[in-house]
Amino acid sequence: MQVKQISIFMENRAGRLEEITGVLAQAKINIRAISLADTSDFGILRLIVNKPQQAEEILRQAGFTIRENSVIACVIEDRPGGLHKMLDLFAKSGMSIEYMYGFFERHSDKAVMIIRVADPEKAIKILLEGGIELLSGEKVYSL
Amino acid sequence: MKYKVEYLDPEDLQKLQLNRLREVSQHVYNNVPYYRQAFDNLGIQPATIKSLDELKNFPLTDKETLRTHYPFGMFSVPMSLVREIHGSSGTTGKPTVVAYTENDLKIWSEVMARSIACTGGDYRDIVQNAYGYGLFTGGLGVHYGALELGAAVVPMSSGGSKRQLQLMEDFKTTILTCTPSYSIYLAEFAESMNIDPRKTSLRIGILGAEPWSDSMRRQIESIWNIKAYDIYGLSEIIGPGVAIECEGQDGLHMWADHFYPEVIDPKTGKAVPEGQDGMLVITTLTKEATPFLRYATKDIVSITYEKCPACGRTMPRISRIKGRTDDMLIIRGINVFPSQIESVLLEIEETEPHYQLVVTREGALDELEVQVEVNEKFFSDEIRTLENLEKRIKKEIESVLSIAVKVKLVEPKTITRSEGKAKRVIDMRNI
Repeated sequence: MQVKQISIFMENRAGRLEEITGVLAQAKINIRAISLADTSDFGILRLIVNKPQQAEEILRQAGFTIRENSVIACVIEDRPGGLHKMLDLFAKSGMSIEYMYGFFERHSDKAVMIIRVADPEKAIKILLEGGIELLSGEKVYSL
Repeated sequence: MKYKVEYLDPEDLQKLQLNRLREVSQHVYNNVPYYRQAFDNLGIQPATIKSLDELKNFPLTDKETLRTHYPFGMFSVPMSLVREIHGSSGTTGKPTVVAYTENDLKIWSEVMARSIACTGGDYRDIVQNAYGYGLFTGGLGVHYGALELGAAVVPMSSGGSKRQLQLMEDFKTTILTCTPSYSIYLAEFAESMNIDPRKTSLRIGILGAEPWSDSMRRQIESIWNIKAYDIYGLSEIIGPGVAIECEGQDGLHMWADHFYPEVIDPKTGKAVPEGQDGMLVITTLTKEATPFLRYATKDIVSITYEKCPACGRTMPRISRIKGRTDDMLIIRGINVFPSQIESVLLEIEETEPHYQLVVTREGALDELEVQVEVNEKFFSDEIRTLENLEKRIKKEIESVLSIAVKVKLVEPKTITRSEGKAKRVIDMRNI
């Protein structure tokens, strides 16, 4: 139930992000979800793409510092309280979220939250027991 | 006060230097195995040295020599005769150690008093000493000289700008001693406190311990309404008080009765003609605890032996420091070697020993940014982890260098490499 995410270390300088999107565009890799965390000096770009393995290879070849991580993709009802229902499960079990970001899934009119936690196995168990739908990697890549 | 020795005829000065050279050579020959070996290798007996010219065959002593004999291997006297020990940063984590006997402290006081006198200071002055007190020789050296001269000394040490200015106003100090960049910073700070730096009692600035230029001098003289003099010194020779400008402000008079200068081509080791640039090499003629023969300062200067048209002194004059033969940087008066930073980074697993030092001058003060490449193996996708890494590197480097630095993590392989060798230092200061 885990999804592959690619994180890229980036210096904060003009044109750097464009270089990454350029490499991906050339390899015809589609970005499913994107998030950028930044400090004053550097940033970390997190990507979910349709072909994670290939993306990792070509980015590494292009000289980027990257790391593959596993994250969880949760389906959220696109209505008031949808996100709250999921976060409530985390709060009740005393589990912290390292970071999360979301995207909208156009086929089903639902939102998908990408969540990174320290213990994914445990989180998956809690979410499933709480009645939250999770998407597999294959499903996310092919959305 | 006039020190007669500073006006000696060149022949008399050379006689004095030769006598002292024989004495100091005999002293190190008797007490320092390293020097005894050097003399024996050359087949020279100290007592038979006939001219100052013979020095040129003698091997150079440098920071590396001192490091090899760390801590006390170059001492020429037993510890029971040592009264004070100082150090400056070396190319590795270990400081360069120098020591002073009772008599060395007297000489230090004398040359520093002569330096203040050379700028027109005397016993009526109140010296605000803003050089750092501590292992660094700047603070105590100036302090001893001011005492010797009979002036009043206010031992401020470095930093604490508000207090510096408050006491400058209240005590009506007349001489400021600090790094040139700090004097500019202090003037800017004064304005923020609504103090007009042109209206203080200051009349003289004795500034040194870092490279500066004539345009900086004009700026300092104008913002403070003082005369600003360049002073030169290094702990291995004695500390501050090795050479200083007179009212002519055209070269620094070296107290050659204590410090015998040579200017050599750093590549061939041969003396360069008068007036041409080369590396300054100094032999301490009178020191007892750590006398060094032909100490390679790594500072690039030119020298003139012409009698000074401004003050009449016959002491040779060296130019301002025009550069270095090694990669040492002077940041806010503190010596920084790139290799010190490298050794810190090698201890930290998460980073590559690929780094670059970027030196800038923000306002008046030097800023050192250390750019470090992140190792892909340890790249974490969490900001917190990377920020902690940044903090850790900063703390480790600061504990080695004793100055504040900014650390910036950069992508691997982004630091420019030329011929496979990274360009370690980008100095963007316009000095």
